[in-house]
Amino acid sequence: MVGLPLAVEHFAGPPHWEWYIWGYFFLAGLTGGCYALAAILRLWGEPSDEVAARLGFYAAFGSLILCPILLSIDLGQPLRFWHMMTNTTPGVTAANFKSWSPMSVGVWALLVYGFFATVTFLAALGKDLGGGWARAGEAMDGVPGRVFVLVGGLLGLFIASYTGVLLSVSNQPVWSDTWSLGGLFLASGLSGSAALMTLLVRRRPEAAPTGERLRQAEGYFALLELALIVLFFVTVGVAGTLGQALGGAWWLLWLLVLVSLAPPLAGLAGWRPVSMGAGAEGGGVMVSRLLAGVTWVPLLVLLGVLALRAAVIFGAQS
Amino acid sequence: MAEISGGTRYGFFTDTSICIGCKACEVACKAWNQLPGNPPTFLDGFDNTGQLDAQNWRHVRFIEQVPDQTMISGDGHVWLMMSDVCKHCQQASCLEVCPTGAIIRTEFDSVYIQQPVCNGCRDCIAACPYDVIGFSEETGTAHKCTLCYDRLQAGMVPACAKACPTQSIQFGPLDQLHQMADARLAALHQQGYTRAQLYGRDPDVYGGLNAFFLLMDRPETYRLPNAQNAGLPSRNNLGGYLTALVTAAFGVLAGLVALRRRGGAGRAGGTGAGQEGR
Repeated sequence: MVGLPLAVEHFAGPPHWEWYIWGYFFLAGLTGGCYALAAILRLWGEPSDEVAARLGFYAAFGSLILCPILLSIDLGQPLRFWHMMTNTTPGVTAANFKSWSPMSVGVWALLVYGFFATVTFLAALGKDLGGGWARAGEAMDGVPGRVFVLVGGLLGLFIASYTGVLLSVSNQPVWSDTWSLGGLFLASGLSGSAALMTLLVRRRPEAAPTGERLRQAEGYFALLELALIVLFFVTVGVAGTLGQALGGAWWLLWLLVLVSLAPPLAGLAGWRPVSMGAGAEGGGVMVSRLLAGVTWVPLLVLLGVLALRAAVIFGAQS
Repeated sequence: MAEISGGTRYGFFTDTSICIGCKACEVACKAWNQLPGNPPTFLDGFDNTGQLDAQNWRHVRFIEQVPDQTMISGDGHVWLMMSDVCKHCQQASCLEVCPTGAIIRTEFDSVYIQQPVCNGCRDCIAACPYDVIGFSEETGTAHKCTLCYDRLQAGMVPACAKACPTQSIQFGPLDQLHQMADARLAALHQQGYTRAQLYGRDPDVYGGLNAFFLLMDRPETYRLPNAQNAGLPSRNNLGGYLTALVTAAFGVLAGLVALRRRGGAGRAGGTGAGQEGR
């Protein structure tokens, strides 16, 4: 007879990864997701999608610059952040790289991705500034530039997902009881990135068609995220730590996550948020737009991205 | 015991059946390692230390399992005392994940955190299945038992083992400790203490523990994971990355379905805009 797996017993103590890590995980999801979506738009989208692609690269860079800062100030010895990359053991002069430690892999990945995101950002900025700057940006238009963006997109997907794997590669309750967190953080990051880019393209009327397709992508990503949330709860439930994941008030955050997924999922079924006229202007219209779904739906999705990471990070350590 | 020298595997054998809960080990540890300790608190029972952390590298755990009916045989597991410590695992979770290389295995086969190298990322704390490692706000680094590395280098027995009045804590080469533990277990079984067992003597728990125990009850009673639950953090690498990879594939597919070039309709919607700034 095949019995049910026994519940896992944990005696590990919490590492007290808190607000800075929460912020980093949120921004890592956005920078990686925005870069990946911008890469898809540039490589496989319409020519008119270039506006949105550049906004995506801007968002990816903007989200990225805070990441190393948050990671460093979370360290007990922030000025030793470089010890992640170099072994300072007396008598040992070697780079630190452990393929089996996601924190070690992630540091290098962030460094390399940072290079890709910065170069792509500068190229996009050059094009938008025009004149002599544009020529520098045009270097990205050829095949090498497209390959560069493709590799950057793949790195972005890694950055958006490895944070979840990092949590799982531990002996903490909830985190180590599931293998779904890497995928879950990636799906959530893509969902949030599509939402962020939807907000950004709203300020550029010429990118309106891209905005509509980003909303469609947001729906698909929400569906993917929902599937991974189910997987998360099943795996954690089998391990016997569902109570800790949902205990206290953490279930409220999970509820918020599910609520945030509802509008994008409804969008897949044909529902569209109330929209104001594209030509409307003025402060009153701003308020109206805020109340209209086109603004609050992406904001709600981003709130869901924050809530998901808070529920996972803080719930397991409570 | 022969002279202490590098290249030999050393460890602790802690026999909980003769621990009397005097906490001399805690005091000796703090005195030698210059650990001021946490502010005193009154906890349940005789325990005012609470747990192993940056200030407590030895912790005497008191486990009271007194039944309602007192006129029964205690069988040696009604009131348990155990001097807990870093296990110096052969397959150490902390050493596995440490991204800086601060955690090393010494010439005495102990697991040691190099303070000048540690940057306080706390990944080792998330990984340690025994809740041994503590983070010090003062130094900004992780701390735990060093197996008195400095004393070993000077040929001296660790402070806790030196101070233990009942010889519950034995220090020595592992092969000698294993023989001692096997003999003690056999004697206890002969006396009828059937629940007595060795924990960490064999490789089924993290490849074997250099600091292993004789327990009078199940490991879980002492907050020690049993062999089924003793997993290394890296066990989740494959599943975690595979799920991320599959999700990435679905994510890219979803992105392509939604955002790919679609010919006339999309192109018309963005007439001219695509050339802007190019």
